[in-house]
Amino acid sequence: MYICTEFLETYIYNLQAMRINIFRTFLLGFFLLISLNGFAIIEDTKETEDKPFDAKEMIMHHVKDAHEFHIIDINNKPVSLPLPIILWTDNGLTTFMSSEFHHDDTGHTIVEKNGGKFVKLHEKIYQLNDGATAVAFDEEHHPKNAVKPLDFSITRNVFMMWVSVIVLLLIFLTAARSYKKSKDGVPTGIAGFVEPLIVFVRDDIARPMIGEKKYKRYMPYLLTIFFFIWINNIFGLIPILNGANLSGNIAFTMTLALFTFIITTLSGNKNYWKHIFWMPGVPVPMKIFLMPIEIIGIFTKPISLMIRLFANITAGHIIILALMSLIFIFKTIALAPVSVAFSLFITVIEIVVTAIQAYIFTILSALYFGMATEEEHH
Amino acid sequence: MDLVNPGFGLVFWTAITFLCLLLVLRKFAWKPILGAVSDREDSIKNALAEADKAREEMENLKSDNEKILKEARAERDAMIKEAREIKDTMISEAKEEAKAQATKLIEQAKTTIQNEKLAAITDLKNQVADLSINIAEKVMKDELASKDKQVALVEKMLGDIELN
Repeated sequence: MYICTEFLETYIYNLQAMRINIFRTFLLGFFLLISLNGFAIIEDTKETEDKPFDAKEMIMHHVKDAHEFHIIDINNKPVSLPLPIILWTDNGLTTFMSSEFHHDDTGHTIVEKNGGKFVKLHEKIYQLNDGATAVAFDEEHHPKNAVKPLDFSITRNVFMMWVSVIVLLLIFLTAARSYKKSKDGVPTGIAGFVEPLIVFVRDDIARPMIGEKKYKRYMPYLLTIFFFIWINNIFGLIPILNGANLSGNIAFTMTLALFTFIITTLSGNKNYWKHIFWMPGVPVPMKIFLMPIEIIGIFTKPISLMIRLFANITAGHIIILALMSLIFIFKTIALAPVSVAFSLFITVIEIVVTAIQAYIFTILSALYFGMATEEEHH
Repeated sequence: MDLVNPGFGLVFWTAITFLCLLLVLRKFAWKPILGAVSDREDSIKNALAEADKAREEMENLKSDNEKILKEARAERDAMIKEAREIKDTMISEAKEEAKAQATKLIEQAKTTIQNEKLAAITDLKNQVADLSINIAEKVMKDELASKDKQVALVEKMLGDIELN
């Protein structure tokens, strides 16, 4: 329910946000891709023909991280890009390709490497205890005789993150070079496209939130986080690459929120800490009462950032997938137009949400930096 | 639930990737782009300020010109007035002088005429005297040409003289 309300909130926010025209160009580009979205999902769900269709399992499989990059099923045989698995075990670093599991996700295929036996179960890598030859399960279907080693694998999310980094570097280094080339500083080519966005982050996020004096220090962080989140939101919506739901992964949003938290805390000035521990301008009992609330507030701010981005992006994916699942749940093609129409509608909203969520994350980060660096004014 | 349980590997890679991306973009993208944008904004601002300044200067110049023109006009008027005054005084002075000169000339002429007249009169007197003497001489010569006449005259004269 939380996700739903959060989603609705975002939708209403979309209507209010009148800066959509900036993203119009992006919208147009992705209209073509939307229609493909449904087909990609249908391809993925073919494998469940012989057993009853489990919408939850299918959706979770799409929303969560994985150790291989699944592209398509041909004749019920999955075609996927193997990714490296990197584990830190008692015997040191152990690496092998995910293809050695032969697409097995049930823990039956055992890979022996570096003196350890490894299985993959629900996209988690387990190391079998010494002497065990197969995974034994307890009543809740958890492995009894295996431990989870530290997993540094290049999962599909990490892979897509690097793809997005390459794309970002290509875009912005090209843009920066075009400025160097043109002597009068007039943006040409891709610079003409990214400059309004950069100026938007500067003039509508950093300047009003942080203030004219100090905003420059935070510009690199705000720009990087804005474009990093946005491009990964967009990549999460592209079919085929749909498997990588990076910005809908709580580990990703937690890390970014942590950066904002660290920067906020480190740049907090005397005035900021005074407002937390000894709120000026209120009676002493109120000061004591406000102190724990403000201390909790230090942590709820980044936590809300983390949950907001994760929940919005994941919710969008779940809704689209759930609508498509209706066809398979009711086992009738007659429902397909309805499903497609609704998921098309949601996808269009999701495209706006990609930008809105990147904007919200950035503007709230900027707001927190602004609060941390605000000077006393009485 | 697995969905809300952050995986350590992804946290690790996200942190490293994001930091690298931040450092690379800060140095090679944000710095040149933001620099170029703010440079351009500054140059636009300067250009506008300069245009304003130029317009102001032009206005100043215009008002200066008008002022100068006004002054010139006033000066011209003053000069004309002065010239007119000078002309008037000159004319009146000349008139006066001419009058004086004329009076003087007339005066001189009068004196000269008087002198000439006197001289003429004197000359005439002298000539009349000479003539009279000459005539008297001739008359005397004629009257005293014979001894009788001379004795008659002396007799007569002696008769005129009464011995007192």
